[in-house]
Amino acid sequence: MSVRVELPAHLRTLARVGSEVSIEVSGAVTVRSVLDALERDYPVLRGTIRDHLTHKRRPFIRFFACESDLSLDPPDTSLPDAIACGKEPFLVVGALAGG
Amino acid sequence: MSEVRLLVGTRKGAFILTSDGKRNHWDIAGPHFGGWEMYHLKASPADPDRLYASQSTGWFGQLIQRSKDGGKTWEPVDNKFVYDGVPGTHQWYDGTPHPWEFKRAWHLEPSPTDPDTVYAGVEDAAMFRTTDGGKSWHELPGLRNHGTGSQWQPGAGGLCLHTILIDPSDPQRIFIAISAAGAFRTDDGGTTWKAINQGLRSGHIPDPAAETGHCVHHIAMHLSRPNTLFMQKHWDVMRTDDRGDSWHEVSGNLPTDFGFVIDVHAHEPETIYVVPIKSDSEHYPPDGKLRVYRSRSGGNEWEALTKGLPQSDCYVNVLRDAMSVDALDSCGVYFGTTGGQVFASTDAGDSWKPIAEHLPAVLSVEAQTLR
Repeated sequence: MSVRVELPAHLRTLARVGSEVSIEVSGAVTVRSVLDALERDYPVLRGTIRDHLTHKRRPFIRFFACESDLSLDPPDTSLPDAIACGKEPFLVVGALAGG
Repeated sequence: MSEVRLLVGTRKGAFILTSDGKRNHWDIAGPHFGGWEMYHLKASPADPDRLYASQSTGWFGQLIQRSKDGGKTWEPVDNKFVYDGVPGTHQWYDGTPHPWEFKRAWHLEPSPTDPDTVYAGVEDAAMFRTTDGGKSWHELPGLRNHGTGSQWQPGAGGLCLHTILIDPSDPQRIFIAISAAGAFRTDDGGTTWKAINQGLRSGHIPDPAAETGHCVHHIAMHLSRPNTLFMQKHWDVMRTDDRGDSWHEVSGNLPTDFGFVIDVHAHEPETIYVVPIKSDSEHYPPDGKLRVYRSRSGGNEWEALTKGLPQSDCYVNVLRDAMSVDALDSCGVYFGTTGGQVFASTDAGDSWKPIAEHLPAVLSVEAQTLR
Protein backbone atom coordinates (compact mmCIF):
# COMPACT_ATOMS: atom_id res chain seq x y z
CA MET A 1 0.00 0.00 0.00
CA SER A 2 1.30 3.46 -0.82
CA VAL A 3 0.38 5.77 2.03
CA ARG A 4 0.74 9.54 2.03
CA VAL A 5 2.12 11.16 5.18
CA GLU A 6 2.13 14.88 5.82
CA LEU A 7 4.84 16.12 8.18
CA PRO A 8 5.22 19.31 10.24
CA ALA A 9 7.68 21.88 8.97
CA HIS A 10 10.59 21.03 11.28
CA LEU A 11 10.46 17.36 10.38
CA ARG A 12 10.30 18.15 6.66
CA THR A 13 13.51 20.13 7.04
CA LEU A 14 15.09 17.36 9.02
CA ALA A 15 14.12 14.64 6.53
CA ARG A 16 14.83 16.94 3.57
CA VAL A 17 11.42 16.34 2.02
CA GLY A 18 8.43 18.39 0.99
CA SER A 19 5.24 18.66 2.97
CA GLU A 20 4.17 15.16 2.03
CA VAL A 21 5.92 11.83 1.51
CA SER A 22 4.67 8.55 0.08
CA ILE A 23 5.70 5.36 1.79
CA GLU A 24 5.05 1.71 1.10
CA VAL A 25 3.28 -0.04 3.95
CA SER A 26 2.96 -3.81 3.94
CA GLY A 27 0.09 -5.56 5.70
CA ALA A 28 -2.50 -3.74 7.77
CA VAL A 29 -2.33 0.03 7.57
CA THR A 30 -2.20 1.26 11.17
CA VAL A 31 -0.49 4.10 13.00
CA ARG A 32 2.23 1.67 14.01
CA SER A 33 2.83 0.27 10.52
CA VAL A 34 2.80 3.74 8.97
CA LEU A 35 5.33 5.07 11.48
CA ASP A 36 7.46 1.93 11.12
CA ALA A 37 7.59 2.50 7.36
CA LEU A 38 8.21 6.22 7.77
CA GLU A 39 11.15 5.61 10.10
CA ARG A 40 12.46 2.88 7.80
CA ASP A 41 12.59 5.29 4.88
CA TYR A 42 13.66 8.32 6.93
CA PRO A 43 15.79 7.09 9.85
CA VAL A 44 16.47 10.66 10.95
CA LEU A 45 12.86 10.83 12.15
CA ARG A 46 13.39 8.08 14.71
CA GLY A 47 12.72 9.47 18.16
CA THR A 48 11.13 12.68 16.87
CA ILE A 49 7.52 11.43 16.62
CA ARG A 50 7.52 8.59 19.13
CA ASP A 51 9.89 7.28 21.77
CA HIS A 52 12.76 5.14 20.51
CA LEU A 53 12.05 2.24 22.83
CA THR A 54 8.44 2.39 23.99
CA HIS A 55 7.08 3.83 20.73
CA LYS A 56 4.87 6.07 22.86
CA ARG A 57 3.74 9.17 20.95
CA ARG A 58 5.65 12.27 22.00
CA PRO A 59 3.52 14.57 24.15
CA PHE A 60 3.33 17.43 21.64
CA ILE A 61 2.57 15.26 18.61
CA ARG A 62 -0.92 14.54 17.30
CA PHE A 63 -2.16 12.21 14.54
CA PHE A 64 -5.04 13.38 12.35
CA ALA A 65 -6.71 11.72 9.35
CA CYS A 66 -9.91 12.26 7.43
CA GLU A 67 -10.83 15.16 9.71
CA SER A 68 -10.57 12.97 12.80
CA ASP A 69 -8.13 13.00 15.70
CA LEU A 70 -6.58 9.52 15.94
CA SER A 71 -3.98 10.46 18.53
CA LEU A 72 -5.50 8.42 21.32
CA ASP A 73 -6.42 5.37 19.27
CA PRO A 74 -4.43 2.21 20.00
CA PRO A 75 -1.50 2.09 17.54
CA ASP A 76 -2.68 -1.15 15.95
CA THR A 77 -6.12 0.22 15.04
CA SER A 78 -6.67 0.10 11.28
CA LEU A 79 -6.58 3.52 9.67
CA PRO A 80 -9.49 4.63 7.45
CA ASP A 81 -9.64 3.15 3.94
CA ALA A 82 -9.03 6.59 2.46
CA ILE A 83 -5.60 6.58 4.13
CA ALA A 84 -4.81 3.00 3.16
CA CYS A 85 -5.56 3.64 -0.51
CA GLY A 86 -3.71 6.95 -0.61
CA LYS A 87 -6.76 9.10 -1.21
CA GLU A 88 -6.17 11.12 1.98
CA PRO A 89 -2.89 11.83 3.82
CA PHE A 90 -2.08 10.75 7.34
CA LEU A 91 -1.19 13.93 9.21
CA VAL A 92 1.60 14.14 11.79
CA VAL A 93 0.96 17.42 13.55
CA GLY A 94 2.94 19.39 16.11
CA ALA A 95 0.54 20.44 18.86
CA LEU A 96 -0.38 24.09 18.66
CA ALA A 97 1.65 25.90 21.30
CA GLY A 98 3.55 29.13 21.51
CA GLY A 99 7.27 29.46 21.88
CA MET B 1 46.68 34.68 10.28
CA SER B 2 44.69 33.71 13.31
CA GLU B 3 40.94 33.41 13.24
CA VAL B 4 38.36 33.17 15.99
CA ARG B 5 35.15 31.24 15.60
CA LEU B 6 32.28 31.53 18.08
CA LEU B 7 29.70 28.80 18.26
CA VAL B 8 26.54 30.36 19.64
CA GLY B 9 23.54 28.29 20.68
CA THR B 10 20.21 30.07 21.10
CA ARG B 11 16.59 29.29 21.84
CA LYS B 12 15.77 29.40 18.13
CA GLY B 13 18.82 28.17 16.29
CA ALA B 14 22.61 28.22 16.13
CA PHE B 15 24.85 30.97 14.84
CA ILE B 16 28.51 30.91 13.93
CA LEU B 17 30.43 34.17 14.30
CA THR B 18 33.86 34.47 12.73
CA SER B 19 36.57 37.10 12.75
CA ASP B 20 40.22 37.41 11.96
CA GLY B 21 42.71 37.73 14.79
CA LYS B 22 42.08 41.43 15.16
CA ARG B 23 38.51 40.64 16.22
CA ASN B 24 37.19 43.98 15.01
CA HIS B 25 34.70 42.76 12.43
CA TRP B 26 32.53 39.71 12.82
CA ASP B 27 30.57 37.77 10.23
CA ILE B 28 27.43 36.05 11.44
CA ALA B 29 26.29 32.83 9.76
CA GLY B 30 22.95 31.28 10.58
CA PRO B 31 20.51 30.50 11.87
CA HIS B 32 21.41 26.86 11.59
CA PHE B 33 18.53 24.62 12.68
CA GLY B 34 16.21 27.63 12.88
CA GLY B 35 13.39 27.24 15.38
CA TRP B 36 15.17 24.56 17.42
CA GLU B 37 16.69 25.04 20.86
CA MET B 38 20.46 24.74 20.46
CA TYR B 39 21.66 24.11 23.98
CA HIS B 40 25.32 23.66 23.10
CA LEU B 41 27.78 23.41 20.24
CA LYS B 42 31.42 22.50 20.68
CA ALA B 43 34.41 21.67 18.51
CA SER B 44 36.87 18.85 18.88
CA PRO B 45 40.23 20.12 20.15
CA ALA B 46 41.82 17.39 18.06
CA ASP B 47 40.07 18.45 14.83
CA PRO B 48 38.82 22.04 14.97
CA ASP B 49 36.49 21.62 12.00
CA ARG B 50 34.70 18.72 13.67
CA LEU B 51 31.74 20.25 15.48
CA TYR B 52 28.98 18.67 17.50
CA ALA B 53 25.67 20.35 18.28
CA SER B 54 22.77 19.52 20.57
CA GLN B 55 19.45 20.29 18.88
CA SER B 56 16.11 19.83 20.61
CA THR B 57 12.55 21.00 21.03
CA GLY B 58 9.72 19.99 23.29
CA TRP B 59 7.83 18.86 20.19
CA PHE B 60 10.31 16.61 18.46
CA GLY B 61 12.85 15.70 21.13
CA GLN B 62 16.60 15.45 20.81
CA LEU B 63 18.88 15.39 17.80
CA ILE B 64 22.65 15.53 17.62
CA GLN B 65 24.24 17.18 14.60
CA ARG B 66 27.83 16.80 13.45
CA SER B 67 29.85 18.94 11.08
CA LYS B 68 33.16 18.04 9.50
CA ASP B 69 33.76 21.41 7.86
CA GLY B 70 33.55 23.92 10.66
CA GLY B 71 29.79 24.31 10.53
CA LYS B 72 29.27 24.87 6.80
CA THR B 73 27.36 21.59 6.48
CA TRP B 74 25.84 19.31 9.08
CA GLU B 75 24.60 15.76 9.31
CA PRO B 76 22.38 14.26 11.99
CA VAL B 77 23.93 11.41 13.93
CA ASP B 78 22.40 9.06 16.48
CA ASN B 79 19.87 10.57 18.86
CA LYS B 80 19.13 7.49 20.94
CA PHE B 81 19.97 8.19 24.59
CA VAL B 82 18.81 5.18 26.57
CA TYR B 83 19.64 4.82 30.24
CA ASP B 84 21.52 1.69 31.17
CA GLY B 85 19.34 -0.90 32.90
CA VAL B 86 16.25 -0.01 34.89
CA PRO B 87 16.45 3.77 35.34
CA GLY B 88 14.83 3.96 38.77
CA THR B 89 13.83 7.26 40.35
CA HIS B 90 15.23 10.54 41.60
CA GLN B 91 13.49 13.13 43.74
CA TRP B 92 10.91 15.41 42.17
CA TYR B 93 10.53 19.05 43.23
CA ASP B 94 8.03 18.05 45.91
CA GLY B 95 10.32 15.35 47.30
CA THR B 96 8.41 12.40 45.82
CA PRO B 97 10.18 9.76 43.72
CA HIS B 98 10.13 10.54 40.00
CA PRO B 99 11.18 8.20 37.17
CA TRP B 100 14.39 9.04 35.37
CA GLU B 101 13.36 10.36 31.93
CA PHE B 102 15.62 11.62 29.14
CA LYS B 103 14.73 15.17 28.06
CA ARG B 104 17.70 16.78 26.30
CA ALA B 105 21.47 17.03 26.02
CA TRP B 106 22.73 20.16 27.77
CA HIS B 107 26.45 19.92 27.10
CA LEU B 108 28.70 18.13 24.61
CA GLU B 109 32.37 17.76 25.50
CA PRO B 110 34.61 16.31 22.78
CA SER B 111 37.70 14.39 23.84
CA PRO B 112 40.93 16.42 23.78
CA THR B 113 42.58 13.78 21.62
CA ASP B 114 39.98 11.85 19.61
CA PRO B 115 37.46 13.65 17.36
CA ASP B 116 35.15 10.63 17.46
CA THR B 117 34.87 10.55 21.24
CA VAL B 118 32.39 12.93 22.84
CA TYR B 119 30.80 13.07 26.26
CA ALA B 120 27.22 14.27 26.60
CA GLY B 121 25.70 15.66 29.78
CA VAL B 122 21.95 15.19 29.71
CA GLU B 123 18.72 15.86 31.57
CA ASP B 124 17.60 13.87 33.57
CA ALA B 125 21.15 13.86 34.82
CA ALA B 126 23.43 11.28 33.28
CA MET B 127 26.64 11.07 31.30
CA PHE B 128 26.72 9.45 27.86
CA ARG B 129 29.66 8.84 25.56
CA THR B 130 30.15 8.12 21.91
CA THR B 131 33.38 6.70 20.58
CA ASP B 132 32.27 6.51 16.95
CA GLY B 133 31.60 10.12 16.12
CA GLY B 134 28.02 10.08 17.34
CA LYS B 135 26.81 6.95 15.57
CA SER B 136 25.88 5.51 18.95
CA TRP B 137 25.68 6.79 22.50
CA HIS B 138 26.13 4.73 25.65
CA GLU B 139 25.58 5.75 29.23
CA LEU B 140 28.34 5.71 31.81
CA PRO B 141 25.96 4.38 34.45
CA GLY B 142 28.33 4.60 37.38
CA LEU B 143 27.43 8.25 37.81
CA ARG B 144 23.65 7.90 37.94
CA ASN B 145 24.06 4.82 40.08
CA HIS B 146 26.17 6.75 42.56
CA GLY B 147 24.70 5.82 45.92
CA THR B 148 23.02 9.20 46.25
CA GLY B 149 21.30 9.18 42.85
CA SER B 150 17.82 8.49 44.18
CA GLN B 151 18.10 11.65 46.31
CA TRP B 152 19.07 14.01 43.50
CA GLN B 153 16.50 16.67 42.74
CA PRO B 154 16.10 19.09 39.84
CA GLY B 155 16.95 22.75 39.88
CA ALA B 156 14.57 25.19 38.24
CA GLY B 157 15.98 24.27 34.84
CA GLY B 158 15.61 20.55 35.39
CA LEU B 159 17.87 17.79 36.70
CA CYS B 160 20.61 18.58 34.23
CA LEU B 161 24.24 17.57 33.86
CA HIS B 162 25.60 20.79 32.40
CA THR B 163 29.35 20.88 33.03
CA ILE B 164 31.99 18.41 31.85
CA LEU B 165 35.70 19.14 32.37
CA ILE B 166 38.34 16.66 31.26
CA ASP B 167 41.70 16.86 33.02
CA PRO B 168 44.23 17.41 30.22
CA SER B 169 46.99 15.81 32.29
CA ASP B 170 44.94 12.67 32.86
CA PRO B 171 41.91 12.13 30.58
CA GLN B 172 40.66 9.42 32.91
CA ARG B 173 39.86 12.20 35.39
CA ILE B 174 36.65 14.04 34.59
CA PHE B 175 34.74 16.59 36.63
CA ILE B 176 31.02 17.10 36.10
CA ALA B 177 28.29 19.15 37.74
CA ILE B 178 24.57 18.60 38.09
CA SER B 179 21.82 20.99 39.11
CA ALA B 180 20.87 20.36 41.83
CA ALA B 181 22.96 17.41 42.92
CA GLY B 182 26.42 18.96 42.99
CA ALA B 183 29.85 18.21 41.60
CA PHE B 184 31.32 14.77 40.97
CA ARG B 185 34.69 13.42 39.87
CA THR B 186 35.79 10.22 38.24
CA ASP B 187 39.42 9.11 38.28
CA ASP B 188 38.86 6.03 36.14
CA GLY B 189 37.29 7.32 32.95
CA GLY B 190 33.73 7.29 34.20
CA THR B 191 33.39 3.88 35.79
CA THR B 192 33.16 5.15 39.37
CA TRP B 193 32.35 8.60 40.70
CA LYS B 194 32.90 10.52 43.89
CA ALA B 195 30.76 13.42 45.11
CA ILE B 196 33.09 16.39 45.59
CA ASN B 197 31.02 18.91 47.50
CA GLN B 198 32.84 19.27 50.81
CA GLY B 199 32.88 22.92 51.77
CA LEU B 200 29.73 23.86 49.85
CA ARG B 201 26.84 25.20 51.90
CA SER B 202 23.34 25.49 50.45
CA GLY B 203 20.36 26.87 52.28
CA HIS B 204 17.74 25.08 50.21
CA ILE B 205 18.49 21.60 51.58
CA PRO B 206 17.84 20.24 55.08
CA ASP B 207 21.55 19.77 55.83
CA PRO B 208 23.31 22.78 54.25
CA ALA B 209 26.58 20.84 54.11
CA ALA B 210 25.16 17.57 52.78
CA GLU B 211 27.18 15.32 50.50
CA THR B 212 24.85 16.10 47.57
CA GLY B 213 21.91 18.39 46.84
CA HIS B 214 23.89 21.51 45.91
CA CYS B 215 22.81 23.57 42.94
CA VAL B 216 26.11 24.02 41.14
CA HIS B 217 25.63 26.34 38.18
CA HIS B 218 28.97 26.04 36.43
CA ILE B 219 32.61 25.08 36.97
CA ALA B 220 35.69 26.33 35.12
CA MET B 221 39.27 25.08 34.96
CA HIS B 222 42.49 26.41 33.49
CA LEU B 223 44.12 23.73 31.37
CA SER B 224 47.51 24.27 33.04
CA ARG B 225 46.10 23.79 36.55
CA PRO B 226 43.65 20.91 36.57
CA ASN B 227 43.76 20.61 40.35
CA THR B 228 42.18 24.05 40.69
CA LEU B 229 38.53 24.56 39.87
CA PHE B 230 36.33 27.64 40.14
CA MET B 231 32.61 27.24 40.76
CA GLN B 232 29.63 29.53 40.42
CA LYS B 233 27.08 27.96 42.71
CA HIS B 234 23.42 28.98 42.99
CA TRP B 235 24.74 31.39 45.60
CA ASP B 236 28.49 31.64 46.32
CA VAL B 237 31.58 31.59 44.15
CA MET B 238 33.83 28.76 45.28
CA ARG B 239 37.34 27.47 44.68
CA THR B 240 39.16 24.20 45.16
CA ASP B 241 42.88 23.48 44.84
CA ASP B 242 42.69 19.76 45.48
CA ARG B 243 40.57 18.50 42.59
CA GLY B 244 37.34 19.15 44.41
CA ASP B 245 38.13 17.33 47.65
CA SER B 246 37.51 20.58 49.51
CA TRP B 247 36.08 23.94 48.48
CA HIS B 248 36.26 27.40 50.00
CA GLU B 249 34.33 30.52 49.20
CA VAL B 250 35.95 33.32 47.17
CA SER B 251 32.91 35.57 46.65
CA GLY B 252 34.73 38.39 48.43
CA ASN B 253 33.49 41.85 47.46
CA LEU B 254 31.06 40.80 44.70
CA PRO B 255 27.81 42.82 44.80
CA THR B 256 25.91 39.52 44.78
CA ASP B 257 27.36 36.04 44.60
CA PHE B 258 24.43 34.58 42.68
CA GLY B 259 25.09 33.93 38.99
CA PHE B 260 25.47 31.32 36.33
CA VAL B 261 28.70 31.71 34.33
CA ILE B 262 32.29 31.51 35.44
CA ASP B 263 35.39 31.30 33.28
CA VAL B 264 39.18 31.55 33.45
CA HIS B 265 41.56 33.74 31.41
CA ALA B 266 43.36 31.73 28.73
CA HIS B 267 46.86 32.65 29.94
CA GLU B 268 46.42 33.73 33.55
CA PRO B 269 45.18 30.84 35.71
CA GLU B 270 44.33 33.17 38.61
CA THR B 271 42.24 35.56 36.50
CA ILE B 272 38.59 34.62 36.57
CA TYR B 273 35.31 36.13 35.42
CA VAL B 274 31.73 36.03 36.70
CA VAL B 275 28.55 37.95 35.91
CA PRO B 276 26.70 38.65 39.18
CA ILE B 277 22.93 38.30 38.98
CA LYS B 278 20.65 39.94 41.52
CA SER B 279 19.06 36.87 43.09
CA ASP B 280 17.65 33.41 42.55
CA SER B 281 14.24 34.87 41.73
CA GLU B 282 15.44 38.02 39.95
CA HIS B 283 17.57 36.74 37.12
CA TYR B 284 19.03 40.04 35.96
CA PRO B 285 22.00 42.19 36.92
CA PRO B 286 21.76 44.37 40.06
CA ASP B 287 20.70 47.97 39.44
CA GLY B 288 20.06 47.33 35.74
CA LYS B 289 23.82 47.44 35.10
CA LEU B 290 25.45 44.63 33.15
CA ARG B 291 28.81 44.14 34.80
CA VAL B 292 31.39 41.43 34.37
CA TYR B 293 33.49 41.03 37.49
CA ARG B 294 37.12 40.01 37.18
CA SER B 295 39.43 38.75 39.87
CA ARG B 296 43.16 38.64 39.16
CA SER B 297 43.83 36.89 42.44
CA GLY B 298 41.81 33.73 41.97
CA GLY B 299 38.84 35.17 43.81
CA ASN B 300 37.95 37.32 46.82
CA GLU B 301 39.10 40.59 45.25
CA TRP B 302 36.90 41.54 42.33
CA GLU B 303 36.72 44.53 40.00
CA ALA B 304 33.71 45.58 37.94
CA LEU B 305 34.24 45.67 34.17
CA THR B 306 31.74 48.06 32.65
CA LYS B 307 33.31 49.80 29.66
CA GLY B 308 31.09 49.15 26.66
CA LEU B 309 28.43 47.26 28.59
CA PRO B 310 24.94 48.70 29.20
CA GLN B 311 24.90 50.50 32.52
CA SER B 312 21.23 51.35 32.78
CA ASP B 313 17.92 49.55 32.29
CA CYS B 314 19.56 46.23 31.47
CA TYR B 315 17.63 43.19 32.71
CA VAL B 316 19.10 40.27 30.80
CA ASN B 317 20.65 37.10 32.15
CA VAL B 318 23.84 35.29 31.16
CA LEU B 319 23.29 31.55 31.26
CA ARG B 320 25.74 28.97 32.53
CA ASP B 321 27.39 27.92 29.25
CA ALA B 322 27.24 31.37 27.67
CA MET B 323 30.79 32.62 28.39
CA SER B 324 34.02 31.58 26.72
CA VAL B 325 37.56 32.78 26.10
CA ASP B 326 39.85 32.60 23.10
CA ALA B 327 43.57 31.80 23.25
CA LEU B 328 45.04 34.75 21.38
CA ASP B 329 47.86 36.67 23.04
CA SER B 330 45.49 39.34 24.26
CA CYS B 331 42.83 37.07 25.67
CA GLY B 332 39.39 37.49 24.14
CA VAL B 333 36.39 37.05 26.42
CA TYR B 334 32.88 36.51 25.05
CA PHE B 335 29.44 36.13 26.54
CA GLY B 336 25.87 35.96 25.32
CA THR B 337 22.70 37.19 26.99
CA THR B 338 19.10 36.13 27.16
CA GLY B 339 18.40 39.39 25.32
CA GLY B 340 20.21 38.07 22.26
CA GLN B 341 23.40 40.10 22.50
CA VAL B 342 26.88 38.67 22.21
CA PHE B 343 29.54 40.88 23.79
CA ALA B 344 33.24 40.57 23.08
CA SER B 345 36.34 41.89 24.76
CA THR B 346 39.73 41.73 23.06
CA ASP B 347 41.60 43.02 26.10
CA ALA B 348 40.77 40.45 28.75
CA GLY B 349 37.66 42.30 29.85
CA ASP B 350 38.89 45.88 30.11
CA SER B 351 36.46 46.97 27.39
CA TRP B 352 33.56 45.37 25.56
CA LYS B 353 31.52 45.77 22.43
CA PRO B 354 28.47 43.96 21.09
CA ILE B 355 29.27 41.77 18.11
CA ALA B 356 25.68 40.55 17.70
CA GLU B 357 22.72 42.42 19.15
CA HIS B 358 19.49 40.85 18.02
CA LEU B 359 19.81 37.09 18.23
CA PRO B 360 17.30 34.87 20.05
CA ALA B 361 18.07 34.27 23.71
CA VAL B 362 21.63 32.94 23.94
CA LEU B 363 22.07 29.57 25.63
CA SER B 364 25.74 28.91 25.00
CA VAL B 365 28.91 30.45 23.60
CA GLU B 366 32.07 28.53 22.74
CA ALA B 367 35.15 30.26 21.34
CA GLN B 368 37.59 28.53 19.02
CA THR B 369 41.01 29.93 18.23
CA LEU B 370 42.03 28.86 14.73
CA ARG B 371 45.63 29.48 13.77
